Amino acid sequence: MIQRSLTLFAGLFVLILVIGWAMGLPFTSSRLVEAAAYALIALGLNIQWGYGGLFNFGIMGFLMVGGFAVTFISFPVNAAFWGSDGPMMLGKALIAFAAAAILVIAARQSHRIGVRGRWKTALTVLAWFVGYCLYRSQLDPAAAYIETTGGGFVGGLGAHPLLGWLFGGVLAAGVAYIVGKVALGLRTDYLAIATIGISEIIRALIKNMDWLTRGTLTVSPIPWPTPLPQDYQATGSDQFSSLMLARGGFLVLAIAVLAIAIFLISRAYSGPWGRMMRAIRDNHIASASMGKNVTARQLEIFVFGSVLMGIGGAMLVSFTQIFDPSSYQPINHTFLIWVMIIVGGAGNNWGAVFGAVLIWLVWVVSEPLAKVIFEFVSYWSTNVGWGAIPEIESRSAQMRVFVLGLVITIALRYAPKGLIPEVVRRDV
Amino acid sequence: MTELVFFINQVVISGAVLGCIYALGAVGITLVFGILRFAHFAHSELMTSGAFFAFLLATLFASWGIVTPIPTGFVVLPIAMVISAVFALGIDKGFYAPLRKRGARPVTLLIASIGVTLMIQGLIRLFFGAGSYSFFETEIKEVFRIDLSAIGSTRPLVITEPQLLMIIVTVISVLVLHFFLTRSRLGKAMRAMADNPDLAQVSGINTTLVVRVTWVVAGALACMAGTMLALDVTLKPDLAFNIIIPIFAAAIVGGLGQAYGAIAGGLLIGFAESLAVFNWTMVLRPLNAILPETMQLPATLSFVPTEYKLTVAFVILVVVLLVKPTGIFKGASS
Repeated sequence: MIQRSLTLFAGLFVLILVIGWAMGLPFTSSRLVEAAAYALIALGLNIQWGYGGLFNFGIMGFLMVGGFAVTFISFPVNAAFWGSDGPMMLGKALIAFAAAAILVIAARQSHRIGVRGRWKTALTVLAWFVGYCLYRSQLDPAAAYIETTGGGFVGGLGAHPLLGWLFGGVLAAGVAYIVGKVALGLRTDYLAIATIGISEIIRALIKNMDWLTRGTLTVSPIPWPTPLPQDYQATGSDQFSSLMLARGGFLVLAIAVLAIAIFLISRAYSGPWGRMMRAIRDNHIASASMGKNVTARQLEIFVFGSVLMGIGGAMLVSFTQIFDPSSYQPINHTFLIWVMIIVGGAGNNWGAVFGAVLIWLVWVVSEPLAKVIFEFVSYWSTNVGWGAIPEIESRSAQMRVFVLGLVITIALRYAPKGLIPEVVRRDV
Repeated sequence: MTELVFFINQVVISGAVLGCIYALGAVGITLVFGILRFAHFAHSELMTSGAFFAFLLATLFASWGIVTPIPTGFVVLPIAMVISAVFALGIDKGFYAPLRKRGARPVTLLIASIGVTLMIQGLIRLFFGAGSYSFFETEIKEVFRIDLSAIGSTRPLVITEPQLLMIIVTVISVLVLHFFLTRSRLGKAMRAMADNPDLAQVSGINTTLVVRVTWVVAGALACMAGTMLALDVTLKPDLAFNIIIPIFAAAIVGGLGQAYGAIAGGLLIGFAESLAVFNWTMVLRPLNAILPETMQLPATLSFVPTEYKLTVAFVILVVVLLVKPTGIFKGASS
């Protein structure tokens, strides 16, 4: 098994060298940084699906939460907002939100004062409605004010991006806790659909809350945790070497975070906690009868996985320096991660990392590769007299979706456990 | 009266149109779930490809110079439905049947259906690009304006020809489906297999045939829903991919595995979406005359802003999953 993994990783290394030779260093280096971030996200999904057997199809939502978190923490302070009436109005909206929450909780506890059955349901619905109206009545004017005269949007806090990554993890954990509380009781395919629905709700909120995230107007440039190419250029390096130095610095940081994550997860998974998780995944009824609290453990693992997704999402936004809510798509940010896990091998951390890097490279390379193939076919068909293929550029951009589907189909048919499958040690 | 007609235009008609499309899509999903026990994500691509089959046929008809009294999209619909049914059978044979034979879990089939979704979407984009197409490039989209000044309305009732035909066609196909499921031998076999696959097999029901019929029905209905959606708005490669979750919501709200539940759920979600973004000020405006100066209604008064329209379906989905996961009509539990 170890020999097989080593061979596969050696093959991956050769693939990276080939891509670096064919596409140039600037392209390859930035793809590698992204691959490291995706590896972290894939590890998060590996915890949820590989260890816990939880069907999370809402990865996009957690990536967006992480991206928003790093934007909010590390973007420079927006003085125009803090000097206006905006903070005051937002404070009022926050109080309205708290009041609405108290109203709903009170209605849910109304059975204590003797309101039961249908009356309680009616009261709860009424409380939700009144609370929603109360919140909207305070938030709508605040949002309209901030977007027009109050500085455009809330802005950031101007803190170090690493704090932003951390906050991305914390915020994703908070969201995951709520989502898990709500949805984890559902069976697999219901859970999949529910998490897709929730991630779409998160996307709609982040995209349309212009006062908080600037929505489709996008926020940029978001600072890097490591020195930018411009900083190196200021000290006298030439353009190419400063780009390489800056990207190299970011890559080292990303790999360090990834290494810490792998170390911690592997320690936890090879210990009693990991054995308990495997037991719950394989037979939750039996583990419940052994005294394990299945619901609490599943919630725990859902939150742990989401923390990694949040950090990964924050890293991606930091690296590209732009937070664009409309660039998030279920195909690119949910299904892609699933393909990484399925191909790499669910339940194996090295499999997840391998799958993430491999699939990310396949994803980014399939477009230029398709273009080369199309141009070749086009050249041939022009010579034969059938005419050239029209719109090669846009057509080859669409090919990567097809390649992704093909890869997952082949993987399911011929390597259903993944390229580096889970290792279950029976001797300990 | 003007207000009532406005309400009908904005909520009843658009809700019914959306509801019909959701219902037809959800019936297919629910039938596949009932028989094969997995959530078939690629249904959206069956809808989109069905719409493209119809579009190609309509273009072919137009190039032959055939002019039809009703929109060509509806004339070619039966042929497109047959092609889609064969297409759905082919997908099952090529992608799902080998996995089923290996005894794969429903989860694996779900992931396989996502693979199929991506492949079909990639192929559609490869051949048709990312732009949008219209069925009404050569013919005009007729709009009926029914004058209602007789009952005191200053606005006419507006409905387009495709919308009217769409509602009629949906009602007919639901009736046909109803009689198929309750009266015919095959329909009864399908219901038996949805209830208890093992018992159905022991009672001598040809389960392979039932699976095939399920795909035929699902493919044909998906083609119908996709074509009608494309006739109402425009045809683009991500036509149905964007509404697959509302369709799933419709199927779950109605109870997965229940054909009638899916129709009810589809209509419910369709109406809820158009009702949620409806601007109540338009209807309540006469109240401004009797309300005091400080209580005047704002210019827009809706439950949610328009940009959250699709989100309504997700919220309904999540609430239903929490409160009653089996749906309105008791759905399949496994």
